Amino acid sequence: MTGPVLSAREAGLVACPYCGLVCRHSRAGFCCPRCGGVLHPRKADSLSRSCAFLMAAAILYVPANLLPVMETSSLFGAEKDTILSGIVYFWTSGSQGLAGLIFCVSILVPMLKLGALSMLTWSVHRRSRRNRHQRATLFRIIEQVGRWSMLDVFVVALMVGLVHFRGLAVIEAGPGAAAFGAVVVLTMLAARSFDPRLIWDCGDEDHD
Amino acid sequence: MTKALVACPECDALHRRRSLARGERARCVRCRALLYRHSPLRPQQMLPLVLGALVTFVIANGFPIVDLQVQGQSNSATLFGSILALWGEGRQLVAVLVFATTLLFPLVDLLSMLTLLLLSGHSRPAALWRFVQTLRPWGMIEVFMLGTLVALVKLSHLAHVLPGAALWAFAALTVLMAAILSFDPRSLWDGPEGSEP
Repeated sequence: MTGPVLSAREAGLVACPYCGLVCRHSRAGFCCPRCGGVLHPRKADSLSRSCAFLMAAAILYVPANLLPVMETSSLFGAEKDTILSGIVYFWTSGSQGLAGLIFCVSILVPMLKLGALSMLTWSVHRRSRRNRHQRATLFRIIEQVGRWSMLDVFVVALMVGLVHFRGLAVIEAGPGAAAFGAVVVLTMLAARSFDPRLIWDCGDEDHD
Repeated sequence: MTKALVACPECDALHRRRSLARGERARCVRCRALLYRHSPLRPQQMLPLVLGALVTFVIANGFPIVDLQVQGQSNSATLFGSILALWGEGRQLVAVLVFATTLLFPLVDLLSMLTLLLLSGHSRPAALWRFVQTLRPWGMIEVFMLGTLVALVKLSHLAHVLPGAALWAFAALTVLMAAILSFDPRSLWDGPEGSEP
């Protein structure tokens, strides 16, 4: 840290989220004079919006993992694959690397996002001043990594498009696929509604 | 309003703007977030990239991604064909999600970029600009590319898999999109005085 830091809001300024222009903040709902974007010193209702998205995602997380994402019917009978059983299939068929990759993006990342975003909203709500650097880094990682969870949805989509051999094998998407896609979209929306500037807003007394 | 200041998008710390050399990045002193950077690409270099990406986009969607052969039967799938198959079997939500993130949003992004680059210097439609920036995180070509590879490995256990022209086009599109996204859109607003040393 290099001495006290002045935030734009403390200086009565606000930065445009679209073009980055720093303007004097006169009233709520004021528009950027350069690009016309609506200016808010902080994202509107950040905490309650992220909480709402997180709760919806947490509810859908259950069917996303329990219901089958892919239904295969072939000469050898019908098979229903959940996300976890798909990973087990990769592991047992000798592609341990791929199994690890899919485990990370489909199981670990959504779980990490739900846990970490809940922790972040809670700590901001409590106006905590501890570990701000770590929390800022955590949020940055969540924002970057979240989109990769869509991987499984795309795999299912392509398998469905490819495997429709009448009488031999047909693959269909299961109800879990929609739930899983919704979890990814909802956690991305939760991360986008969360304003990381709130982490730094509650005073400067600490020296971490 | 002032162009001399810049606020950190992640912690709101105020900084005085400095000019950067080509390829340099400015980071926040408090939280190390990226404030702005001098893109390695100039706006004039962006136009051929966007045009190239549009052509690649057409190839990627006009040809089959992969050809699958099982006991004399052969099936090929394009991206749009897969989306239609999903829609047809009653998974409309998944179909819309895949359509939006791999086809619609990347295409709208590229067409808007083209419009903005052709218009730069004249009147710049600011609303279109804000729209592109809102849309951008939802285009997922690179994730789809990885998904394709995973599906291919999965299918190679079951059948004979022949990669199609679109697979290579998607690989090229992933690289082109990464280059296009590395261009900081704010440098068009800040103009030459904000980016030239």
